[in-house]
Amino acid sequence: MLELVVISTLNGVLFGMLLFLLSSGLTVIFSMMGVLNFAHASFYMLGAFFGFQLTKWIGFWPALVLAPLLVGVMGMTVERYGLRNTHKHGHVAELLLTFGLAFAIEEIVSMIWGKSPLDYRVPALLDFPAFTIFSTNYPAYKIFMLAVSVIIFVALLIVLKRTRVGLIVQAALTHPHMVGHLGHNVGRVFMVVFGVGSALAGLAGVIAGPALVTQSDMAAALGPILFVVIVFGGLGSLPGAFIASLVIGLVQTFAVALNGSLASAFGPLDPSAGPSVLTDIWDVTIAQVAPIVPYVLLVIILIVRPMGLMGTRES
Amino acid sequence: MTTAATSTSKVATDLAGGSLRFYGVWLLGIIALIVLPMIFSSGGSLTSFSLIGIAIVFALSYNILLGQTGLLSFGHAVHYGLGGFAACHMMNAVVSHGWPIPLPFIPLFGGLGGLVFAVIIGWVMTKRAGTVFAMISLGIGELVASSSLILRSVFGGESGITTDRTALPKMFGWSFGPQLQVYYLIAFWLVLSAIAMYALTRTPLGRISNAVRDNPERVQFIGYDPHVVRYLAFCFAGFFAGVAGGLAAINFEIANAAYLGAIQSGLVLFSTFIGGTAYFFGPILGAILVTYLQLGLTNLTSVWQLYFGIIFIGIVMFSPGGIAGLLMMHRPLIRAGTLWTVIPSYLVAIVPTVALACGVILTIETVARFSGGDPINLFGIAFKPTSPATWMVAAVLVIGGAFVARLTWRRIADAWDKAATIARDRGYLA
Repeated sequence: MLELVVISTLNGVLFGMLLFLLSSGLTVIFSMMGVLNFAHASFYMLGAFFGFQLTKWIGFWPALVLAPLLVGVMGMTVERYGLRNTHKHGHVAELLLTFGLAFAIEEIVSMIWGKSPLDYRVPALLDFPAFTIFSTNYPAYKIFMLAVSVIIFVALLIVLKRTRVGLIVQAALTHPHMVGHLGHNVGRVFMVVFGVGSALAGLAGVIAGPALVTQSDMAAALGPILFVVIVFGGLGSLPGAFIASLVIGLVQTFAVALNGSLASAFGPLDPSAGPSVLTDIWDVTIAQVAPIVPYVLLVIILIVRPMGLMGTRES
Repeated sequence: MTTAATSTSKVATDLAGGSLRFYGVWLLGIIALIVLPMIFSSGGSLTSFSLIGIAIVFALSYNILLGQTGLLSFGHAVHYGLGGFAACHMMNAVVSHGWPIPLPFIPLFGGLGGLVFAVIIGWVMTKRAGTVFAMISLGIGELVASSSLILRSVFGGESGITTDRTALPKMFGWSFGPQLQVYYLIAFWLVLSAIAMYALTRTPLGRISNAVRDNPERVQFIGYDPHVVRYLAFCFAGFFAGVAGGLAAINFEIANAAYLGAIQSGLVLFSTFIGGTAYFFGPILGAILVTYLQLGLTNLTSVWQLYFGIIFIGIVMFSPGGIAGLLMMHRPLIRAGTLWTVIPSYLVAIVPTVALACGVILTIETVARFSGGDPINLFGIAFKPTSPATWMVAAVLVIGGAFVARLTWRRIADAWDKAATIARDRGYLA
């Protein structure tokens, strides 16, 4: 039991930090520009596929730097030539643009790399067990993932809260005209923020690719959870996204690890009644419910506190 | 005094002509629905007409949310799917209990299936509008789609619930075995739902929904609760989506988890938005186009969904009003008689635009078939995807086409501005 708790906690924190790496980029873009980037998970997927391809050509470590840069440049292109032109039609049009983009990216990726999972391996340098816990080897790569996520998180917070760049970025959010009058190119600030957010997603893709499955439907699988994270945490709130990421990461990991059902706890229902909704609910294991747990959390938070955990406003 | 009198009578004749034209359009549509299967009577076209009919009801129901109330939903297929399941269960229950309910009434139960879910979950969902609603609808959609695989006894797991439409009590001696009879059933429900949904746009609720879309705060000031209005619109949309789902269940004689999923939700969003959300007939156009593209392109290319994505992005960026918006833009020009000044520049622009489109298609197909090596047939010319010549042609078409097309588009804009200015001077532009 203790083994399960320790391992699941480790994995849960790891998954949570990965979710946070993704949702931080999304949250920064949202709170800056008011646009929820539906294609964010697609940029994450692009990061994984670029990482795979570049690893094949030039090795993992250069890929770790190059692939996020590539994704960041793509993000900037999208902002400059897509979102900026769509902005005059309102936020729904922007959201729809990124939705179409997510759709197109998924198709392009499966067109180039195919629909089956890629053989994207952990680099040899990190392919060893970091420590053994309860006779289970914990891979070093996971520790590396955790370290990268934490470093990026801290760096992001410092840049936003403690530097001049962060000051301009935050001011451009609330007073774009004033910042413009002070001689800063607000359009370029937005473009760079969008690029950085996309690059964060790309980085998450490169490092998550070998640990999770690199496949053309990975964006579609993660995208909805990402939105649950930021609605749950409160739209536009970085600390909220952090807490929500950890909560959802932990809850989902523990749910997958547990195999109990109501039937195993209280004994099976009378089988003579035949299959019904009740027996379905009675017999389903917690592991089977794991995929819907985040959405149940979403519904609960909506009923109890519609602005999300740390949200400050009803939009 | 005299001018006032003449202008009043002019308005009156305009109104009379308008209502004549209005009913004429509906009548023409109904006649077309009746006559079409007599002209195109092959099995394939009957199947596609049925699919289009279902898609139109679904898209119109979606437009109650998106176009009228301004709610962007990413989970509309939930109501469609639940409607489909409700209809299937109802059909099976009718057969096993021997209830005297004939097949044409089944879509009503589909609608109730969609409505019940909207009534239950809608109150929480419509608390907030805009981006938040979009995210929540996505989450709820995923929730229902994933739960459908857990609740096997209701949703039938992976394989779904099957049914037999011919086993129900007959009506007018129709067994609804042949596709033609199913088509007429769908056409009947299409007309009924379209009239009901059009009538809904004319009711005070429809009007206040538009106000909620445009300015919820002012709606609050005049004493309405935007939340209640959104909730009611959500329930109506859920009902008609359920009707569409019920029709689909009758058509396919099966309901499965794919009905509820994200792909179905995405398709209805595509249809509605490509068609245009500002006009009632927009979603109809969009549903026809998208269903035809879907049926036609799947035979031609393996990456048809990519073309959808590109068309959608193009519409969002260049014509947020959709196809309906593009068409209706020309109305004042036609009335003012200045359309002919724009047409020459349209004709000039067609050539480079088509070249650009061909270049894009050639590029996509080249990449898609690169590993397979099947030649691409474009206007009877075969291109080998692996030969450099194909890449050169594609590059020339894309880059050259884009360069020339930009110039001609600017010409259109200039000609358009002139024609619109004249039309405005003559009093035909709002």
